[in-house]
Amino acid sequence: MTKITKEEALDIAANPFKQDFPLLVNESELAFLDSAATAQRPRVALDAQRTFYETMNSNPLRGLYRLSVAATQAIDDARRDVARFIGVEDSDEIVFTRNASESLNLLALSYAPSILEPGDEVVISIMEHHSNLIPWQQACARTGATLVFLRPDSEGVITEEEMDAKIGPKTKIVSCTHVSNVLGVRNPIEQLTQKAHAQGALMFVDGAQSMPHIPVDVRALGCDALAFSGHKVFGPMGVGVLWAKRELLESMDPLYTGGEMIDNVTEATATWAPIPMKFETGTQDAAGIAGLGAAIRYVEDLGLDVLEAREAALTAECVRRLSELDYIDIIGPTDPAAHIGVVSFNVRGIHPHDVSSIMDTANVAIRAGHHCAQPLLAWMDVENGSCCRASLAFYNDESDIDRLVDAVKLVWRIFHGA
Amino acid sequence: MGLESIYQGALMEHNSYPTCKYPLDEATHVHEGVNPSCGDDIVLSLIVEDGVIVEAAFQGSGCAISQASADIMAELVTDKTVEEAEALAETFLAMIRGEELTEEQKASLGEAAELEGISRMPARVKCAQLGWRTLKQIIDEGEDAGSGNSDFEALDGEDPAQAAAEAAAVRAAGIE
Repeated sequence: MTKITKEEALDIAANPFKQDFPLLVNESELAFLDSAATAQRPRVALDAQRTFYETMNSNPLRGLYRLSVAATQAIDDARRDVARFIGVEDSDEIVFTRNASESLNLLALSYAPSILEPGDEVVISIMEHHSNLIPWQQACARTGATLVFLRPDSEGVITEEEMDAKIGPKTKIVSCTHVSNVLGVRNPIEQLTQKAHAQGALMFVDGAQSMPHIPVDVRALGCDALAFSGHKVFGPMGVGVLWAKRELLESMDPLYTGGEMIDNVTEATATWAPIPMKFETGTQDAAGIAGLGAAIRYVEDLGLDVLEAREAALTAECVRRLSELDYIDIIGPTDPAAHIGVVSFNVRGIHPHDVSSIMDTANVAIRAGHHCAQPLLAWMDVENGSCCRASLAFYNDESDIDRLVDAVKLVWRIFHGA
Repeated sequence: MGLESIYQGALMEHNSYPTCKYPLDEATHVHEGVNPSCGDDIVLSLIVEDGVIVEAAFQGSGCAISQASADIMAELVTDKTVEEAEALAETFLAMIRGEELTEEQKASLGEAAELEGISRMPARVKCAQLGWRTLKQIIDEGEDAGSGNSDFEALDGEDPAQAAAEAAAVRAAGIE
Protein backbone atom coordinates (compact mmCIF):
# COMPACT_ATOMS: atom_id res chain seq x y z
CA MET A 1 0.00 0.00 0.00
CA THR A 2 1.29 3.41 -0.98
CA LYS A 3 0.32 6.32 1.23
CA ILE A 4 0.15 9.57 -0.65
CA THR A 5 -0.83 13.15 0.09
CA LYS A 6 -3.98 14.83 -1.11
CA GLU A 7 -1.98 16.86 -3.63
CA GLU A 8 -0.42 13.69 -5.05
CA ALA A 9 -3.84 12.03 -5.18
CA LEU A 10 -5.12 14.84 -7.37
CA ASP A 11 -2.66 13.80 -10.07
CA ILE A 12 -5.19 11.61 -11.83
CA ALA A 13 -2.70 10.60 -14.52
CA ALA A 14 -0.78 8.68 -11.85
CA ASN A 15 -2.18 5.58 -10.20
CA PRO A 16 -0.45 4.39 -7.05
CA PHE A 17 -3.51 2.35 -5.97
CA LYS A 18 -4.05 -0.11 -8.79
CA GLN A 19 -1.30 -2.44 -7.55
CA ASP A 20 -3.29 -3.03 -4.33
CA PHE A 21 -6.20 -4.57 -6.28
CA PRO A 22 -5.47 -8.05 -7.65
CA LEU A 23 -8.30 -7.99 -10.18
CA LEU A 24 -7.07 -4.74 -11.68
CA VAL A 25 -3.56 -6.19 -11.86
CA ASN A 26 -4.87 -9.36 -13.54
CA GLU A 27 -7.06 -7.32 -15.91
CA SER A 28 -4.51 -4.66 -16.72
CA GLU A 29 -6.19 -3.82 -20.07
CA LEU A 30 -9.63 -3.35 -18.54
CA ALA A 31 -11.12 0.07 -17.83
CA PHE A 32 -13.37 -0.87 -14.91
CA LEU A 33 -16.02 1.84 -14.60
CA ASP A 34 -18.73 -0.01 -12.70
CA SER A 35 -17.71 0.44 -9.08
CA ALA A 36 -21.17 1.73 -8.17
CA ALA A 37 -22.47 -1.78 -8.88
CA THR A 38 -19.68 -3.43 -6.97
CA ALA A 39 -16.20 -2.19 -6.10
CA GLN A 40 -12.99 -4.12 -6.54
CA ARG A 41 -11.35 -5.43 -3.37
CA PRO A 42 -7.86 -4.69 -2.15
CA ARG A 43 -5.50 -7.59 -1.48
CA VAL A 44 -5.69 -6.96 2.28
CA ALA A 45 -9.44 -7.65 2.29
CA LEU A 46 -8.98 -10.90 0.35
CA ASP A 47 -6.10 -11.89 2.63
CA ALA A 48 -8.22 -11.29 5.71
CA GLN A 49 -10.87 -13.70 4.42
CA ARG A 50 -8.26 -16.31 3.64
CA THR A 51 -6.53 -15.81 7.00
CA PHE A 52 -9.81 -16.38 8.77
CA TYR A 53 -10.32 -19.74 7.11
CA GLU A 54 -6.68 -20.76 7.41
CA THR A 55 -5.99 -19.77 11.00
CA MET A 56 -9.22 -19.44 12.99
CA ASN A 57 -11.97 -21.25 11.12
CA SER A 58 -14.56 -22.38 13.64
CA ASN A 59 -18.09 -21.36 14.50
CA PRO A 60 -17.96 -18.01 16.29
CA LEU A 61 -19.90 -17.11 19.44
CA ARG A 62 -20.71 -20.53 20.86
CA GLY A 63 -17.44 -22.44 20.98
CA LEU A 64 -15.43 -22.35 24.19
CA TYR A 65 -12.10 -23.30 22.65
CA ARG A 66 -9.24 -21.20 21.32
CA LEU A 67 -10.22 -21.06 17.63
CA SER A 68 -13.81 -20.13 18.33
CA VAL A 69 -12.68 -17.38 20.65
CA ALA A 70 -10.42 -16.04 17.86
CA ALA A 71 -13.29 -16.24 15.34
CA THR A 72 -15.56 -14.36 17.74
CA GLN A 73 -12.85 -11.77 18.26
CA ALA A 74 -12.53 -11.31 14.46
CA ILE A 75 -16.23 -10.39 14.24
CA ASP A 76 -16.02 -8.08 17.26
CA ASP A 77 -12.97 -6.32 15.83
CA ALA A 78 -14.69 -5.78 12.49
CA ARG A 79 -17.78 -4.49 14.27
CA ARG A 80 -15.62 -1.88 15.98
CA ASP A 81 -13.99 -1.02 12.61
CA VAL A 82 -17.42 -0.37 11.12
CA ALA A 83 -18.56 1.66 14.13
CA ARG A 84 -15.47 3.87 13.99
CA PHE A 85 -15.85 4.24 10.21
CA ILE A 86 -19.30 5.81 10.52
CA GLY A 87 -18.73 7.73 13.75
CA VAL A 88 -20.50 5.42 16.19
CA GLU A 89 -19.15 4.83 19.71
CA ASP A 90 -21.36 1.90 20.71
CA SER A 91 -20.45 -0.97 18.39
CA ASP A 92 -23.49 -2.95 19.63
CA GLU A 93 -25.46 -0.65 17.34
CA ILE A 94 -23.81 -2.28 14.31
CA VAL A 95 -25.85 -5.18 12.89
CA PHE A 96 -24.27 -7.34 10.20
CA THR A 97 -26.63 -8.30 7.39
CA ARG A 98 -26.06 -9.62 3.87
CA ASN A 99 -26.23 -6.26 2.11
CA ALA A 100 -27.90 -2.84 2.16
CA SER A 101 -31.09 -4.33 0.72
CA GLU A 102 -31.42 -6.68 3.67
CA SER A 103 -30.63 -3.86 6.12
CA LEU A 104 -33.40 -1.70 4.66
CA ASN A 105 -35.80 -4.62 4.60
CA LEU A 106 -35.10 -5.21 8.27
CA LEU A 107 -36.29 -1.67 9.02
CA ALA A 108 -39.29 -1.93 6.71
CA LEU A 109 -40.36 -5.39 7.90
CA SER A 110 -39.62 -5.06 11.60
CA TYR A 111 -39.93 -1.40 12.54
CA ALA A 112 -42.43 -0.05 10.00
CA PRO A 113 -45.37 -2.37 10.81
CA SER A 114 -45.01 -1.60 14.52
CA ILE A 115 -45.79 2.09 14.00
CA LEU A 116 -47.53 2.59 10.64
CA GLU A 117 -51.30 3.02 10.59
CA PRO A 118 -53.71 3.92 7.82
CA GLY A 119 -53.33 7.60 6.99
CA ASP A 120 -49.67 7.73 8.01
CA GLU A 121 -47.06 8.66 5.44
CA VAL A 122 -43.63 7.30 4.57
CA VAL A 123 -41.50 9.77 2.62
CA ILE A 124 -38.76 8.61 0.25
CA SER A 125 -37.26 10.24 -2.83
CA ILE A 126 -37.97 9.38 -6.46
CA MET A 127 -34.25 8.67 -6.88
CA GLU A 128 -34.19 5.66 -4.56
CA HIS A 129 -32.60 2.42 -5.65
CA HIS A 130 -35.33 -0.25 -5.66
CA SER A 131 -33.74 -1.46 -2.40
CA ASN A 132 -34.95 1.65 -0.59
CA LEU A 133 -38.21 1.87 -2.52
CA ILE A 134 -39.91 -1.51 -2.70
CA PRO A 135 -39.57 -2.31 1.04
CA TRP A 136 -41.44 0.94 1.87
CA GLN A 137 -43.90 0.53 -0.98
CA GLN A 138 -44.78 -2.90 0.38
CA ALA A 139 -44.80 -1.75 4.03
CA CYS A 140 -47.29 0.96 3.06
CA ALA A 141 -49.41 -1.51 1.11
CA ARG A 142 -49.56 -3.82 4.14
CA THR A 143 -50.37 -1.12 6.70
CA GLY A 144 -52.55 1.29 4.74
CA ALA A 145 -49.96 4.05 4.97
CA THR A 146 -49.19 6.25 1.97
CA LEU A 147 -45.84 6.40 0.17
CA VAL A 148 -44.84 9.98 -0.67
CA PHE A 149 -42.04 10.89 -3.07
CA LEU A 150 -39.61 13.79 -2.75
CA ARG A 151 -38.81 14.98 -6.27
CA PRO A 152 -35.64 16.90 -7.11
CA ASP A 153 -35.38 19.96 -9.34
CA SER A 154 -33.70 19.82 -12.76
CA GLU A 155 -30.26 19.90 -11.11
CA GLY A 156 -31.12 16.96 -8.89
CA VAL A 157 -31.60 19.08 -5.77
CA ILE A 158 -34.32 18.30 -3.24
CA THR A 159 -35.22 21.85 -2.22
CA GLU A 160 -36.43 23.01 1.18
CA GLU A 161 -39.80 23.89 -0.40
CA GLU A 162 -40.10 20.30 -1.62
CA MET A 163 -39.24 18.95 1.86
CA ASP A 164 -41.84 21.22 3.49
CA ALA A 165 -44.44 20.18 0.92
CA LYS A 166 -43.89 16.46 1.53
CA ILE A 167 -42.77 16.06 5.15
CA GLY A 168 -45.60 16.91 7.52
CA PRO A 169 -47.56 15.80 10.59
CA LYS A 170 -48.60 12.52 8.94
CA THR A 171 -44.98 11.57 8.22
CA LYS A 172 -43.75 8.70 10.38
CA ILE A 173 -40.65 7.64 8.45
CA VAL A 174 -38.35 9.45 6.02
CA SER A 175 -35.92 7.17 4.19
CA CYS A 176 -33.62 8.65 1.59
CA THR A 177 -30.52 7.70 -0.30
CA HIS A 178 -27.44 9.71 0.64
CA VAL A 179 -26.06 9.65 -2.91
CA SER A 180 -28.13 8.72 -5.96
CA ASN A 181 -26.84 5.70 -7.89
CA VAL A 182 -28.11 7.26 -11.14
CA LEU A 183 -27.83 11.06 -10.79
CA GLY A 184 -24.75 10.98 -8.58
CA VAL A 185 -26.11 13.84 -6.44
CA ARG A 186 -25.60 14.06 -2.70
CA ASN A 187 -28.89 14.61 -0.91
CA PRO A 188 -29.25 17.07 2.01
CA ILE A 189 -29.57 14.40 4.70
CA GLU A 190 -28.88 16.76 7.62
CA GLN A 191 -31.71 19.04 6.56
CA LEU A 192 -34.07 16.14 5.84
CA THR A 193 -33.29 14.76 9.29
CA GLN A 194 -34.20 18.07 10.91
CA LYS A 195 -37.48 18.19 8.98
CA ALA A 196 -38.28 14.57 9.86
CA HIS A 197 -37.47 14.97 13.55
CA ALA A 198 -39.48 18.20 13.73
CA GLN A 199 -42.52 16.11 12.76
CA GLY A 200 -41.64 13.31 15.17
CA ALA A 201 -40.64 11.01 12.32
CA LEU A 202 -37.51 8.87 12.13
CA MET A 203 -34.84 9.41 9.46
CA PHE A 204 -33.23 6.45 7.70
CA VAL A 205 -30.40 6.73 5.20
CA ASP A 206 -29.37 4.43 2.36
CA GLY A 207 -25.60 4.89 2.38
CA ALA A 208 -24.82 2.30 -0.30
CA GLN A 209 -23.51 4.91 -2.75
CA SER A 210 -22.08 7.49 -0.35
CA MET A 211 -20.01 5.24 1.91
CA PRO A 212 -17.46 4.34 -0.82
CA HIS A 213 -16.83 7.97 -1.75
CA ILE A 214 -17.28 10.43 1.09
CA PRO A 215 -16.68 10.33 4.84
CA VAL A 216 -19.99 9.47 6.50
CA ASP A 217 -20.51 10.38 10.15
CA VAL A 218 -23.95 9.44 11.41
CA ARG A 219 -23.63 11.86 14.34
CA ALA A 220 -23.15 14.73 11.89
CA LEU A 221 -26.03 13.49 9.72
CA GLY A 222 -28.23 13.19 12.80
CA CYS A 223 -30.14 10.26 11.30
CA ASP A 224 -31.64 7.30 13.17
CA ALA A 225 -30.40 4.48 10.94
CA LEU A 226 -27.98 3.93 8.07
CA ALA A 227 -27.69 0.97 5.72
CA PHE A 228 -24.82 0.05 3.44
CA SER A 229 -23.27 -2.84 1.56
CA GLY A 230 -19.79 -4.17 2.29
CA HIS A 231 -19.09 -5.02 -1.34
CA LYS A 232 -19.42 -1.40 -2.41
CA VAL A 233 -16.89 -0.25 0.20
CA PHE A 234 -14.19 -2.61 -1.10
CA GLY A 235 -15.17 -5.50 1.15
CA PRO A 236 -16.43 -8.96 0.16
CA MET A 237 -19.87 -9.64 -1.30
CA GLY A 238 -22.43 -11.02 1.12
CA VAL A 239 -21.83 -8.71 4.08
CA GLY A 240 -23.87 -5.60 4.75
CA VAL A 241 -24.43 -3.28 7.67
CA LEU A 242 -27.38 -1.77 9.45
CA TRP A 243 -26.55 0.86 12.00
CA ALA A 244 -29.41 2.17 14.10
CA LYS A 245 -29.66 3.93 17.43
CA ARG A 246 -29.74 1.55 20.39
CA GLU A 247 -33.31 2.48 21.43
CA LEU A 248 -34.56 1.81 17.94
CA LEU A 249 -32.84 -1.58 17.63
CA GLU A 250 -34.01 -2.58 21.08
CA SER A 251 -37.60 -1.70 20.19
CA MET A 252 -37.53 -3.84 17.06
CA ASP A 253 -38.44 -7.51 16.81
CA PRO A 254 -36.00 -9.83 15.08
CA LEU A 255 -36.87 -10.70 11.50
CA TYR A 256 -35.45 -14.22 11.61
CA THR A 257 -35.36 -16.53 14.59
CA GLY A 258 -33.22 -19.56 15.27
CA GLY A 259 -29.60 -20.12 16.17
CA GLU A 260 -27.28 -17.61 17.79
CA MET A 261 -29.96 -14.96 18.35
CA ILE A 262 -31.62 -16.22 21.53
CA ASP A 263 -31.26 -15.73 25.23
CA ASN A 264 -33.37 -18.61 26.55
CA VAL A 265 -35.61 -21.13 24.83
CA THR A 266 -38.29 -23.39 26.27
CA GLU A 267 -40.76 -25.66 24.51
CA ALA A 268 -43.25 -22.82 24.26
CA THR A 269 -41.29 -19.59 24.43
CA ALA A 270 -38.07 -17.88 23.50
CA THR A 271 -36.36 -14.68 24.56
CA TRP A 272 -33.94 -12.76 22.43
CA ALA A 273 -30.27 -12.04 22.86
CA PRO A 274 -29.32 -8.38 23.33
CA ILE A 275 -28.56 -6.25 20.25
CA PRO A 276 -26.93 -6.78 17.84
CA MET A 277 -27.06 -10.56 18.25
CA LYS A 278 -30.85 -10.77 18.15
CA PHE A 279 -30.77 -9.71 14.49
CA GLU A 280 -27.85 -11.94 13.45
CA THR A 281 -29.56 -15.28 13.13
CA GLY A 282 -27.51 -18.37 12.33
CA THR A 283 -23.84 -18.55 11.51
CA GLN A 284 -22.61 -15.30 10.02
CA ASP A 285 -20.13 -14.88 7.16
CA ALA A 286 -17.35 -14.36 9.67
CA ALA A 287 -14.61 -14.42 7.02
CA GLY A 288 -16.49 -11.86 4.96
CA ILE A 289 -16.99 -9.69 8.03
CA ALA A 290 -13.25 -9.89 8.74
CA GLY A 291 -12.65 -8.93 5.09
CA LEU A 292 -14.92 -5.92 5.46
CA GLY A 293 -13.00 -4.83 8.55
CA ALA A 294 -9.73 -5.08 6.64
CA ALA A 295 -11.16 -3.09 3.70
CA ILE A 296 -12.28 -0.34 6.05
CA ARG A 297 -8.84 -0.18 7.72
CA TYR A 298 -7.28 0.00 4.24
CA VAL A 299 -9.27 3.07 3.16
CA GLU A 300 -8.84 4.67 6.59
CA ASP A 301 -5.08 4.22 6.31
CA LEU A 302 -5.05 5.86 2.88
CA GLY A 303 -7.15 8.70 4.26
CA LEU A 304 -10.77 9.24 3.34
CA ASP A 305 -10.08 12.90 2.57
CA VAL A 306 -7.34 11.86 0.13
CA LEU A 307 -9.60 9.35 -1.62
CA GLU A 308 -12.54 11.76 -1.69
CA ALA A 309 -10.40 14.46 -3.33
CA ARG A 310 -9.11 12.06 -5.98
CA GLU A 311 -12.55 10.70 -6.81
CA ALA A 312 -13.99 14.19 -7.05
CA ALA A 313 -11.26 15.13 -9.53
CA LEU A 314 -11.76 11.93 -11.55
CA THR A 315 -15.56 12.21 -11.64
CA ALA A 316 -15.57 15.88 -12.59
CA GLU A 317 -13.07 15.16 -15.37
CA CYS A 318 -15.25 12.33 -16.62
CA VAL A 319 -18.33 14.61 -16.75
CA ARG A 320 -16.36 17.34 -18.52
CA ARG A 321 -14.88 15.01 -21.12
CA LEU A 322 -18.21 13.36 -21.95
CA SER A 323 -19.96 16.74 -22.06
CA GLU A 324 -17.58 17.85 -24.81
CA LEU A 325 -19.21 15.36 -27.18
CA ASP A 326 -22.36 16.93 -28.61
CA TYR A 327 -24.14 13.58 -28.98
CA ILE A 328 -23.83 12.77 -25.29
CA ASP A 329 -26.64 13.66 -22.91
CA ILE A 330 -25.52 13.70 -19.29
CA ILE A 331 -28.27 12.51 -16.94
CA GLY A 332 -27.98 14.40 -13.69
CA PRO A 333 -26.58 17.75 -12.63
CA THR A 334 -24.81 19.95 -15.18
CA ASP A 335 -22.25 20.89 -12.50
CA PRO A 336 -19.44 18.30 -12.76
CA ALA A 337 -18.64 18.78 -9.07
CA ALA A 338 -22.16 17.67 -8.10
CA HIS A 339 -21.52 14.10 -9.29
CA ILE A 340 -20.30 11.80 -6.51
CA GLY A 341 -18.54 8.94 -8.31
CA VAL A 342 -21.41 8.44 -10.78
CA VAL A 343 -21.79 9.73 -14.34
CA SER A 344 -24.95 8.60 -16.14
CA PHE A 345 -25.40 9.42 -19.79
CA ASN A 346 -26.96 8.41 -23.06
CA VAL A 347 -25.42 8.35 -26.50
CA ARG A 348 -28.22 10.08 -28.40
CA GLY A 349 -30.47 7.69 -30.28
CA ILE A 350 -28.46 4.58 -29.37
CA HIS A 351 -29.80 2.10 -26.85
CA PRO A 352 -27.62 1.81 -23.72
CA HIS A 353 -27.34 -1.95 -24.13
CA ASP A 354 -25.83 -1.48 -27.59
CA VAL A 355 -23.47 1.13 -26.14
CA SER A 356 -22.26 -1.14 -23.36
CA SER A 357 -21.93 -4.19 -25.65
CA ILE A 358 -19.74 -2.23 -28.05
CA MET A 359 -17.75 -0.73 -25.18
CA ASP A 360 -17.15 -4.24 -23.88
CA THR A 361 -15.38 -5.06 -27.15
CA ALA A 362 -13.07 -2.14 -26.33
CA ASN A 363 -12.55 -3.58 -22.82
CA VAL A 364 -14.44 -0.77 -21.12
CA ALA A 365 -16.84 -2.01 -18.43
CA ILE A 366 -19.83 0.24 -17.76
CA ARG A 367 -23.35 -0.46 -16.57
CA ALA A 368 -26.37 0.00 -18.83
CA GLY A 369 -30.03 -0.36 -18.00
CA HIS A 370 -32.46 0.97 -15.44
CA HIS A 371 -29.95 0.74 -12.57
CA CYS A 372 -32.65 -0.57 -10.24
CA ALA A 373 -34.26 2.87 -10.40
CA GLN A 374 -37.13 2.35 -12.83
CA PRO A 375 -39.46 4.94 -11.24
CA LEU A 376 -36.75 7.62 -11.48
CA LEU A 377 -36.03 6.99 -15.17
CA ALA A 378 -39.76 6.80 -15.93
CA TRP A 379 -40.40 10.07 -14.08
CA MET A 380 -37.51 11.76 -15.93
CA ASP A 381 -38.89 10.31 -19.17
CA VAL A 382 -35.48 8.95 -20.16
CA GLU A 383 -35.69 7.24 -23.56
CA ASN A 384 -36.14 3.45 -23.25
CA GLY A 385 -36.24 3.93 -19.45
CA SER A 386 -32.57 3.18 -19.40
CA CYS A 387 -29.17 4.81 -19.54
CA CYS A 388 -25.44 4.17 -19.45
CA ARG A 389 -23.50 4.71 -16.25
CA ALA A 390 -19.78 5.09 -15.73
CA SER A 391 -18.86 5.01 -12.06
CA LEU A 392 -15.46 5.67 -10.58
CA ALA A 393 -13.36 4.85 -7.58
CA PHE A 394 -9.98 6.08 -6.40
CA TYR A 395 -8.26 3.16 -8.15
CA ASN A 396 -9.29 4.58 -11.52
CA ASP A 397 -7.10 7.05 -13.35
CA GLU A 398 -7.15 9.40 -16.33
CA SER A 399 -6.43 6.58 -18.78
CA ASP A 400 -9.75 4.93 -17.84
CA ILE A 401 -11.55 8.16 -18.78
CA ASP A 402 -9.57 8.35 -22.05
CA ARG A 403 -10.62 4.77 -22.80
CA LEU A 404 -14.25 5.59 -21.99
CA VAL A 405 -14.28 8.60 -24.30
CA ASP A 406 -12.59 6.62 -27.09
CA ALA A 407 -15.16 3.85 -26.65
CA VAL A 408 -18.05 6.35 -26.85
CA LYS A 409 -16.57 7.67 -30.09
CA LEU A 410 -16.30 4.10 -31.40
CA VAL A 411 -20.01 3.53 -30.64
CA TRP A 412 -20.93 6.71 -32.53
CA ARG A 413 -18.75 5.73 -35.51
CA ILE A 414 -20.32 2.27 -35.71
CA PHE A 415 -23.82 3.74 -35.83
CA HIS A 416 -23.15 6.88 -37.83
CA GLY A 417 -19.89 6.39 -39.71
CA ALA A 418 -16.73 8.40 -39.12
CA MET B 1 -16.73 -13.98 -35.45
CA GLY B 2 -15.82 -11.40 -32.84
CA LEU B 3 -18.29 -9.39 -30.86
CA GLU B 4 -17.62 -6.24 -32.82
CA SER B 5 -18.72 -7.82 -36.06
CA ILE B 6 -22.30 -8.10 -34.79
CA TYR B 7 -22.70 -4.36 -35.18
CA GLN B 8 -22.36 -4.34 -38.94
CA GLY B 9 -23.97 -5.71 -42.10
CA ALA B 10 -27.56 -6.88 -41.82
CA LEU B 11 -27.95 -5.80 -38.19
CA MET B 12 -26.96 -2.19 -38.79
CA GLU B 13 -28.81 -2.08 -42.10
CA HIS B 14 -32.09 -3.33 -40.63
CA ASN B 15 -31.71 -1.15 -37.55
CA SER B 16 -31.19 2.02 -39.58
CA TYR B 17 -33.49 1.20 -42.50
CA PRO B 18 -36.12 -1.29 -41.36
CA THR B 19 -38.30 -2.70 -44.11
CA CYS B 20 -41.10 -4.11 -41.95
CA LYS B 21 -41.44 -1.52 -39.17
CA TYR B 22 -44.83 0.07 -39.72
CA PRO B 23 -48.40 -0.22 -38.45
CA LEU B 24 -50.44 -2.99 -40.06
CA ASP B 25 -54.06 -2.08 -39.47
CA GLU B 26 -55.57 -5.05 -41.32
CA ALA B 27 -53.64 -7.58 -39.23
CA THR B 28 -55.31 -10.89 -38.48
CA HIS B 29 -52.90 -11.65 -35.64
CA VAL B 30 -51.24 -9.22 -33.21
CA HIS B 31 -48.96 -9.98 -30.27
CA GLU B 32 -46.77 -7.83 -28.04
CA GLY B 33 -43.37 -9.08 -26.94
CA VAL B 34 -41.45 -7.47 -24.10
CA ASN B 35 -38.07 -7.92 -22.44
CA PRO B 36 -38.86 -6.35 -19.06
CA SER B 37 -35.28 -5.99 -17.88
CA CYS B 38 -34.14 -4.30 -21.13
CA GLY B 39 -37.17 -2.25 -22.05
CA ASP B 40 -37.25 -3.88 -25.49
CA ASP B 41 -40.84 -3.81 -26.65
CA ILE B 42 -42.35 -4.84 -29.96
CA VAL B 43 -45.82 -5.43 -31.33
CA LEU B 44 -45.80 -7.97 -34.13
CA SER B 45 -48.68 -7.95 -36.62
CA LEU B 46 -49.41 -10.59 -39.24
CA ILE B 47 -51.87 -10.95 -42.07
CA VAL B 48 -52.42 -14.69 -42.51
CA GLU B 49 -54.44 -15.92 -45.48
CA ASP B 50 -54.98 -19.61 -46.23
CA GLY B 51 -52.16 -20.59 -43.89
CA VAL B 52 -49.70 -18.19 -45.52
CA ILE B 53 -48.23 -15.10 -43.86
CA VAL B 54 -48.86 -12.63 -46.64
CA GLU B 55 -47.62 -9.66 -44.63
CA ALA B 56 -45.60 -9.27 -41.42
CA ALA B 57 -44.82 -5.98 -39.76
CA PHE B 58 -43.87 -4.72 -36.33
CA GLN B 59 -43.61 -1.57 -34.29
CA GLY B 60 -41.56 -1.03 -31.21
CA SER B 61 -38.58 0.39 -29.44
CA GLY B 62 -35.46 -1.03 -27.94
CA CYS B 63 -31.86 -1.84 -28.72
CA ALA B 64 -30.48 -2.28 -32.22
CA ILE B 65 -30.27 -6.04 -31.80
CA SER B 66 -33.93 -6.45 -30.81
CA GLN B 67 -35.24 -4.12 -33.51
CA ALA B 68 -33.03 -5.39 -36.34
CA SER B 69 -33.63 -9.03 -35.45
CA ALA B 70 -37.41 -8.45 -35.49
CA ASP B 71 -37.17 -6.69 -38.85
CA ILE B 72 -35.08 -9.49 -40.35
CA MET B 73 -37.58 -12.02 -39.01
CA ALA B 74 -40.61 -10.17 -40.40
CA GLU B 75 -39.00 -9.90 -43.82
CA LEU B 76 -37.99 -13.58 -43.81
CA VAL B 77 -41.40 -15.00 -42.87
CA THR B 78 -43.36 -12.91 -45.34
CA ASP B 79 -44.89 -15.22 -47.98
CA LYS B 80 -43.99 -18.31 -45.91
CA THR B 81 -46.59 -20.74 -44.61
CA VAL B 82 -47.23 -20.71 -40.89
CA GLU B 83 -45.48 -24.08 -40.59
CA GLU B 84 -42.44 -22.81 -42.50
CA ALA B 85 -42.32 -19.69 -40.33
CA GLU B 86 -42.47 -21.77 -37.17
CA ALA B 87 -39.63 -23.98 -38.40
CA LEU B 88 -37.54 -20.90 -39.19
CA ALA B 89 -38.20 -19.48 -35.74
CA GLU B 90 -37.12 -22.74 -34.15
CA THR B 91 -33.97 -22.82 -36.29
CA PHE B 92 -33.11 -19.25 -35.34
CA LEU B 93 -33.74 -19.80 -31.64
CA ALA B 94 -31.58 -22.93 -31.75
CA MET B 95 -28.78 -20.95 -33.38
CA ILE B 96 -29.01 -18.26 -30.67
CA ARG B 97 -28.92 -20.99 -28.01
CA GLY B 98 -25.55 -21.91 -29.50
CA GLU B 99 -26.63 -25.10 -31.25
CA GLU B 100 -24.76 -26.11 -34.41
CA LEU B 101 -26.82 -25.64 -37.59
CA THR B 102 -26.51 -27.54 -40.84
CA GLU B 103 -25.48 -25.54 -43.92
CA GLU B 104 -29.01 -25.99 -45.21
CA GLN B 105 -30.51 -24.57 -42.00
CA LYS B 106 -28.11 -21.63 -42.08
CA ALA B 107 -29.05 -20.93 -45.69
CA SER B 108 -32.75 -21.02 -44.78
CA LEU B 109 -32.22 -18.18 -42.29
CA GLY B 110 -30.77 -15.84 -44.91
CA GLU B 111 -29.51 -12.61 -43.30
CA ALA B 112 -30.62 -13.82 -39.88
CA ALA B 113 -27.67 -16.23 -39.92
CA GLU B 114 -25.42 -13.17 -39.52
CA LEU B 115 -26.69 -12.87 -35.94
CA GLU B 116 -25.06 -16.16 -34.91
CA GLY B 117 -22.39 -14.34 -32.89
CA ILE B 118 -25.05 -13.19 -30.42
CA SER B 119 -25.11 -16.75 -29.11
CA ARG B 120 -21.78 -15.82 -27.50
CA MET B 121 -23.20 -12.64 -25.93
CA PRO B 122 -25.32 -14.05 -23.08
CA ALA B 123 -26.51 -10.62 -21.98
CA ARG B 124 -27.97 -9.95 -25.43
CA VAL B 125 -29.53 -13.29 -26.31
CA LYS B 126 -32.98 -12.17 -25.16
CA CYS B 127 -32.78 -9.09 -27.41
CA ALA B 128 -32.10 -11.19 -30.50
CA GLN B 129 -34.84 -13.67 -29.58
CA LEU B 130 -37.63 -11.17 -28.96
CA GLY B 131 -39.16 -10.95 -32.45
CA TRP B 132 -38.84 -14.67 -33.10
CA ARG B 133 -40.23 -15.63 -29.71
CA THR B 134 -43.19 -13.32 -30.32
CA LEU B 135 -43.79 -14.98 -33.70
CA LYS B 136 -43.74 -18.39 -32.05
CA GLN B 137 -46.18 -17.18 -29.40
CA ILE B 138 -48.64 -16.09 -32.07
CA ILE B 139 -48.35 -19.45 -33.78
CA ASP B 140 -48.42 -21.53 -30.56
CA GLU B 141 -51.42 -19.65 -29.19
CA GLY B 142 -53.16 -20.16 -32.48
CA GLU B 143 -52.68 -23.91 -32.20
CA ASP B 144 -53.48 -24.14 -28.47
CA ALA B 145 -56.68 -22.19 -28.81
CA GLY B 146 -57.82 -24.56 -31.54
CA SER B 147 -58.30 -27.30 -28.87
CA GLY B 148 -56.62 -30.00 -30.92
CA ASN B 149 -57.48 -28.40 -34.20
CA SER B 150 -54.25 -27.03 -35.61
CA ASP B 151 -56.02 -25.17 -38.38
CA PHE B 152 -54.41 -21.76 -37.80
CA GLU B 153 -56.79 -20.05 -40.16
CA ALA B 154 -59.84 -21.12 -38.19
CA LEU B 155 -58.83 -18.82 -35.34
CA ASP B 156 -59.73 -15.26 -34.70
CA GLY B 157 -56.95 -12.75 -34.44
CA GLU B 158 -55.90 -11.89 -30.92
CA ASP B 159 -57.34 -8.74 -29.45
CA PRO B 160 -54.50 -6.19 -29.58
CA ALA B 161 -55.77 -4.43 -26.43
CA GLN B 162 -55.73 -7.69 -24.52
CA ALA B 163 -52.24 -8.49 -25.77
CA ALA B 164 -51.02 -5.11 -24.59
CA ALA B 165 -52.62 -5.61 -21.17
CA GLU B 166 -50.96 -9.02 -20.83
CA ALA B 167 -47.62 -7.55 -21.80
CA ALA B 168 -48.05 -4.78 -19.23
CA ALA B 169 -48.65 -7.43 -16.57
CA VAL B 170 -45.45 -9.20 -17.64
CA ARG B 171 -43.58 -5.90 -17.34
CA ALA B 172 -45.01 -5.18 -13.91
CA ALA B 173 -43.94 -8.63 -12.71
CA GLY B 174 -40.46 -8.18 -14.10
CA ILE B 175 -39.17 -5.44 -11.79
CA GLU B 176 -35.64 -6.28 -10.78
